[in-house]
Amino acid sequence: MTYERQKDFGTPEVLSGTAVTLSIDGRDVTVPQGTSVMRAAAEAGGAIPKLCATDNVEAFGSCRLCLVEIEGRKGTPASCTTPAEQDMVVRTQTERLAKLRRSVMELYISDHPLDCLTCSANNDCELQDEAAAVGLRDVRYGYEGANHLGEPVDGSNPYFDFDPSKCIACSRCVRACDEVQGTLALTIDGRGFASMVSAGQTGDDFLSSECVSCGACVQACPTATLQEKSVKELGKPERAVVTTCAYCGVGCSFRAEMKGEQLVRMVPWKDGKANRGHSCVKGRFAWGYANHKDRITSPMIRESIEEPWREVSWDEALAFTADRLKAIREESGPGALGGITSSRCTNEETFLVQKLVRAGFGSNNVDTCARVCHSPTGYGLSTAFGTSAGTQDFDSVMQSDVILVIGANPTDAHPVFASRMKKRLRQGAKLIVIDPRRIDLVRSAHIEAAHHLALTPGTNVAVLTAVAHVIVTEGLADEAFIRERCDWDEYQDWAHFVSDKKHSPETLEPVTGVPASELRGAARLYATGGNGAIYYGLGVTEHSQGSSTVMAIANLAMATGNIGRPGVGVNPLRGQNNVQGACDMGSFPHELAGYRHISDAAVRSSFEADWNVTLDPEPGLRINNMIDAAIDGSFRAIYIQGEDILQSDPNTRHVAAGLAAMDCVIVHDLFLNETANYAHVFLPGSTFLEKNGTFTNAERRIQLVRKVMEPANGLEDWEVTQALANALGQEWSYTHPAQIMDEIARLTPAFAGVTFDRLESEGSLQWPVNAGNPDGSPVMHVDGFVRGKGRFVVTDYIPTDEKTGPRFPLLLTTGRVLTQYNVGAQTRRTAQTVWHSQDVLEIHPSDAENRGLADGDWVRLASRTGQTTLRAKVTDRVAPGVVYTTFHHPETQANVVTTDFSDWATNCPEYKVTAVQASPSNGPSEWQEDYAQLTKRSRRIAPAEPAE
Amino acid sequence: MEIARLRDMAQQIARNFAVLGEAEAAAATADHIAKFWDPRMKAQLLAEEPGELPPVVALALEKLAFAGQTSKPG
Repeated sequence: MTYERQKDFGTPEVLSGTAVTLSIDGRDVTVPQGTSVMRAAAEAGGAIPKLCATDNVEAFGSCRLCLVEIEGRKGTPASCTTPAEQDMVVRTQTERLAKLRRSVMELYISDHPLDCLTCSANNDCELQDEAAAVGLRDVRYGYEGANHLGEPVDGSNPYFDFDPSKCIACSRCVRACDEVQGTLALTIDGRGFASMVSAGQTGDDFLSSECVSCGACVQACPTATLQEKSVKELGKPERAVVTTCAYCGVGCSFRAEMKGEQLVRMVPWKDGKANRGHSCVKGRFAWGYANHKDRITSPMIRESIEEPWREVSWDEALAFTADRLKAIREESGPGALGGITSSRCTNEETFLVQKLVRAGFGSNNVDTCARVCHSPTGYGLSTAFGTSAGTQDFDSVMQSDVILVIGANPTDAHPVFASRMKKRLRQGAKLIVIDPRRIDLVRSAHIEAAHHLALTPGTNVAVLTAVAHVIVTEGLADEAFIRERCDWDEYQDWAHFVSDKKHSPETLEPVTGVPASELRGAARLYATGGNGAIYYGLGVTEHSQGSSTVMAIANLAMATGNIGRPGVGVNPLRGQNNVQGACDMGSFPHELAGYRHISDAAVRSSFEADWNVTLDPEPGLRINNMIDAAIDGSFRAIYIQGEDILQSDPNTRHVAAGLAAMDCVIVHDLFLNETANYAHVFLPGSTFLEKNGTFTNAERRIQLVRKVMEPANGLEDWEVTQALANALGQEWSYTHPAQIMDEIARLTPAFAGVTFDRLESEGSLQWPVNAGNPDGSPVMHVDGFVRGKGRFVVTDYIPTDEKTGPRFPLLLTTGRVLTQYNVGAQTRRTAQTVWHSQDVLEIHPSDAENRGLADGDWVRLASRTGQTTLRAKVTDRVAPGVVYTTFHHPETQANVVTTDFSDWATNCPEYKVTAVQASPSNGPSEWQEDYAQLTKRSRRIAPAEPAE
Repeated sequence: MEIARLRDMAQQIARNFAVLGEAEAAAATADHIAKFWDPRMKAQLLAEEPGELPPVVALALEKLAFAGQTSKPG
């Protein structure tokens, strides 16, 4: 589409079952009751001049530009704050209104720089537009009086500038920060003429304030006061393409605003149903990695990992790769080959990688990065409910009365959804947080958790069983729901189990570290507080009992009847943009697309008929099994698309040994990542801006990813996989990802009704989309569970084998921060490093003091597996005995320390519990220094041979 | 693959099913391994001396071996 600003209706949409009809400038307009006159006019195609109103924040009524006349009413009310009423007669254009509006505009312009031609917002400025709309021709007051034109620009934020000389004090930025983002970092300082937008406290600039750089203020600003630096540098965009963000599992819709092939800015799309027009700092601003100098755009090969890389043509790279794979298959059989699909790639790309492994390699040795994050969700929710997905859409949270967050840190990891959640909490919903750390949600502006259960890491199952104990023994279970929707006998077995006194909060308090009274209060609130919704993250899954915890959560939701309607449910917050999709597409070694076991002959035969192959009926190796099998020599080649297992997977040295033992490691990525240190083939990848396809977010919403620029490497990722398949003798002939989706829909019942055409016309679809749910399913299990009756599973608490002791007395738990993303391959190559340039170790003041550690000191962090060094951050955010770090930076390699312990059912690593010791250090460890050398050596690229 | 690792994995599965009682836990463990383990891992574990393993795991492997002899998946 050509560039035009997104339509702004002035005030938010009102949802009401009652409609009113009014007359605006002689035209009848019907709108939901409660809609403002301003919005009614806009919906009818008109436009009342406005400055302080915008449709993602509540009406404010300060600019006085949107005045209207209403028959039978005195004066000229502001249309933004006046609700439309039945039979109301409104005039928006009269001589009196024109005069008033010109006078108002005249005052604004008298204190505004008249530099439109050189202003970065020229022709994209609401003030400029409205000045033209009201017909302002001169300013009677002159420009010599007191003004703000000399105010200095605050350029501290790496992505946008704040130029107070252009500010009209409309408060849109302040209200966006309050109402949309929920950070409340901005305010209007001073009064009257001295009123100024201010970030944080006196003396703060934007960077040093609490601003989280979500960009809501920039989007709200009607002038160039808050403006992207990229727009100032590159100029106004020429066209816009709607696409889907490639960071977290919220799946925000953005308009990629372009100038030729140059991305100028990403602006959240108001019609995006996942984000409703909001964004976070990563999605909105951290896209500079796409053109970073580190990006590799030519295929490269090398005979051994000791040699430098050699740039070659696609043909040579593919022939080299195919020859190696064929030779290994010939010598060792198909079981020696495997692949890993990427949660960062599209559904279509992921589907093709698993197809290549199953049909092309001839094994089921395919796995995905969900192995190390949400594989327990797959096992747990499939067991309890019959399918592996969250039960709600994101909008559901606005109908929740009690929100239980366990093992998740939404403000850091899923910030746009966290803003919706915070909005609901500010409206009065109650919050329960179960987390060893005092995450930001526990207490922040206008939000305070009713209960924070700061449990000892590794005791999730014990805590949830104690919650269940309270619900059952105090008679708080919803028996009618259970009898109707669940297996009653299984419920009784479970209820009998949890009712045992050994599961009471009092008995378990010494184990969990949670005061019994606090736990009882939380249980009662969840069971009796109205609509109860559970949101969880990797603090649930990345444990030795990750799957048990997921089932324990499902038990609580079923026991209290909190399933099957808006406002309730069980909601895994997916880490990466397409974790849900990668799992849906058959990326696990035991199941085909749609979560159907590979041993199911009927399912397998449908794929065999479509693909014209015979599939192995036995499950294949998981990622960690692949590494183990590589070390013993039975697994020799791997194709890794868009994942950096050396940095992301636990026990780095073990992963390195496995990779080093393989004969053919193929890395398909944007950068020479850490895994590529051990690779023989590097196939350059394309960014989400350079490809077509779909992502599926945490609410099962399938959304289009649209190509906004040509791939720098020449091929979209699905084309690379297809070329590799064909080099191996397959005869694939897809010409567009839409054809791949047609194949997915043909073979996967939950996707039966999905096509690119439908996604194009409807914006998005939430699976299942099939005969029973032709328009998709915002909420699942409405009339019954996918598996029939909901299944209560007895989940006995079994302590992890990872024990603290005199040598390793602290418990390490790992996670991520708002400003960086997972292994940091993308965000470390942007200005995000301003906020987070290195991993640090959070340690409680008492633990720090006992070890002679001060804030900023080097710390040696050691476990039974390995050791690394990083800087200390002394904080009471973590409890005594618990330390915390992130895994964003390869220089730290936090996973050198984590262990091989994993979830009993899925082998999801136990990242959240590692026994460690922290002690003073002088600097990087020997391992870190060796690794730096290895990296330098591994990334050598041989100079091109001169042409003859 | 390292047999100790496979043994630990099987024992961990069995421990999580132990609440069902020995017979049911053994059946659930066998079923879990059948559904989720690669054939080479199963074969290696099945080659172990049952006496080296906890009773529930040993019983599970008996069931797994029997199922393997009587029916192939799918």
